[in-house]
Amino acid sequence: MKTRPSVISFRRLAALALTAGLLAINGPATAGKKDDTLRFAYDQAPESVDPFFNNVRIGVIIGANVWDTLIHRDPNTNEYKGLLAKSWKQIDDRTIEFDLREGVKFHNGEEFDADSVVYTLNFVANTDNKVITQQNVNWIEKAEKLGKYKVRLTTKKVFPAAIEYLAGPVVIHPAKYYQEVGPKGMNAKPVGTGPYRVTQYTLGKSILLERNPDYFSDSPKTRPKIGKIEIRFIPDRQTQMAEALSAGTDLIMHVPKDQADQSKNVPHLQVLSGETMRIVFMQLNSQEGSPAAPLKDVRVRKAINHAIDREAIAKNIVGAGSRVIHTICFPSQFGCTDEGATRYSYDPALAKKLLAEAGFPNGFEADILAYRERNQTEALINYLGAVGIKAKLNFPQYAAMRDLIRANKVHMAHQTWGSFSVNDVSAATPVFYGFESDDITRDAEVRDLLLKGNNSIDPKVRKDAYKAALARIADRAYGVPLWSLPVYYVAARELSFTAYPDELVRFWEMSWK
Amino acid sequence: MFAFVVKRLGLAVLVALAVSMIAFLLLRLSGDPAVALAGEGARQADIELIRHTYGFDRPLVVQYAEWLWKTLRGELGNSVYFKTEVGPLIFSKLPTTLLLGFSALLFALLISIPLGVLAAIYKNSWIDRLCLTTAVVGQALPNFFFALLLIMVFSIWLRVLPVSGSGTWLHFVMPTVALGYYVAPAFMRLTRAGMIEVLEADYIRTARAKGLPPSRVIFKHALRNAVVPVVALSAVQLGFLLGGSVVIETIFALDGLGYLAYQSITFKDYPVMQVIVLLLSVIYVLLTLASDVANAWLDPRIRVA
Repeated sequence: MKTRPSVISFRRLAALALTAGLLAINGPATAGKKDDTLRFAYDQAPESVDPFFNNVRIGVIIGANVWDTLIHRDPNTNEYKGLLAKSWKQIDDRTIEFDLREGVKFHNGEEFDADSVVYTLNFVANTDNKVITQQNVNWIEKAEKLGKYKVRLTTKKVFPAAIEYLAGPVVIHPAKYYQEVGPKGMNAKPVGTGPYRVTQYTLGKSILLERNPDYFSDSPKTRPKIGKIEIRFIPDRQTQMAEALSAGTDLIMHVPKDQADQSKNVPHLQVLSGETMRIVFMQLNSQEGSPAAPLKDVRVRKAINHAIDREAIAKNIVGAGSRVIHTICFPSQFGCTDEGATRYSYDPALAKKLLAEAGFPNGFEADILAYRERNQTEALINYLGAVGIKAKLNFPQYAAMRDLIRANKVHMAHQTWGSFSVNDVSAATPVFYGFESDDITRDAEVRDLLLKGNNSIDPKVRKDAYKAALARIADRAYGVPLWSLPVYYVAARELSFTAYPDELVRFWEMSWK
Repeated sequence: MFAFVVKRLGLAVLVALAVSMIAFLLLRLSGDPAVALAGEGARQADIELIRHTYGFDRPLVVQYAEWLWKTLRGELGNSVYFKTEVGPLIFSKLPTTLLLGFSALLFALLISIPLGVLAAIYKNSWIDRLCLTTAVVGQALPNFFFALLLIMVFSIWLRVLPVSGSGTWLHFVMPTVALGYYVAPAFMRLTRAGMIEVLEADYIRTARAKGLPPSRVIFKHALRNAVVPVVALSAVQLGFLLGGSVVIETIFALDGLGYLAYQSITFKDYPVMQVIVLLLSVIYVLLTLASDVANAWLDPRIRVA
């Protein structure tokens, strides 16, 4: 009799353990096709879901899936098509008129019309409303209603990239709702016209999207195929990878090259890599008062260009999807060309000769600033070392690096630039060569050419001006154009999707195989 | 006793104030919040606008004084990053962190006390060595690395536990183990030392001489006395666990205070960071105070010192 209680408790224990075990086996969520839910993990939570109040990639991704813009840029052909606008017409240098699409409804049922466009554009153009992404909207002067479905937009100055911005970050909000709840309410309960609507949003944790069943069928974005999208914010990259390996997520992006390479051997995963619009280049401080005197000599700058084997680094370190660039802009951007620009072959002997001619037969010492892709900076340092330039690495945070650049305390900088995915040179080259605060070259001739390109709406005038500016930058070796950065995606094998250079994850295009 | 508590309380307030001041200054010295908020590629004019809008252009002393005054009145301000009130934001994340902290503490006690007792009973034997090894490994293994090992074994190989998130109790298993194992060695060594000392005491010899069964001697007579310092240490370690959950919550994407702290550091969200630092330091200070008071109550000699 004495042993009986212990037998019972042992049985109870065993049953408990078994139940716990079974629960545990059933516990972890299985991702994917079965429940028509795509689980996407990203490392950073957006500060706000309202596209005008965040400056992070995931914000752009959510923005494009939940909202629509007036114009759509086809990511394959770069051709502009009407989205919320049926058509548009450039009236003069600073005025564009839009005919709007009829019959479109916001996720809350509010009708889309001229009021939505006028309210949104005037709201974001007003600096009192503290839009975070100022560079996306500070060119707008005003919007006026010409009819229920007709709008006129005036830019502050000649702004040829307006169409590109209207096809990118400038989304349209519902006038009544936005007026009522403001950016704060829009963040709490987002409402757009896009292919997906937000059904649940836990600040800093996750966002649940559901297919918009009323999405207009003739949208150039196409109607979404996958029913639900769960976006979870997982800050640790290793954890994201573990989620992918254990089928806890269906898609992760920005996977480091080595991990992506290893994932190729996992049966339930596929690895995709694609080029991004983010270009990598070196800034060489040659302006008046540069703390690096040798860099003022064009022969030294040319020597640096000849010293680096860009093809080898792009192939072996940067990885698939990357390409070597010869001018400081992304090749698909309007006005970007390397035609007529000097190309510098990898020639360390010539580099040494040029250094000797410039009075540095034994090289010199200089600092190099960098803030990301440290392995690439280290490769650059090695190549520079081989011709006698002893580059000392300073690797701060981005904000600190920019402070040093703007305070003229930089010698060389390993810089990258994503152009906010704007497919126009005006969003790239002028930032570093147009006498803006990050320009450490300050060549007036280059600036004037870039301004000419920025301030004309004649495509030919623009192209010629940018071409001449880019050629002069290359000829004077005002920097070292290096390569474009690739992005690696690890996805469930059953997911069908395409990677684009603008790093925009288009959920509406995706489907299950 | 009353004077002792008042003195300690005064010290605790001063410590909390000093921590808040140092944290405020260090955070500001670590970089310009306006630049961080404006993001990559912002023009100087945009940065100036943000700096002025958020008042970052005023002297540090003024900013600190204003913040302290408002905090004392319960106005915790708005998150610069999430654009929402700091108070509700933090308190919505606190339960997850408390749950993790308490479960980790419980886990640590559950493994360390039996191991400590075993090590003391079988002093200098292989069992003692084994317990010691377990403790050394726990202390030597960085918890982020141990967390990744757990993920590899239980999520990727065995697929019995979810990697990350906070949806079910299963999501808390690995974080609890990873966090708890790290603090267990301190408890184990304290239990072992306490037990060895107590087991040699006269009253234990008497209890044994009375013919009491060994289990009763160990658990009823010895452990109850040996475990007193462990209870005091638990309070302090709980503070450590709550503060130390930043790494664990980040790895397991547990939506708690630690994860929020990580996010606010990443985004230079000063108002949130300030309040988290203050809250954690106040909790830590209060727990230490509770531990001091408990010790003083148990041992009158401390009161005099």
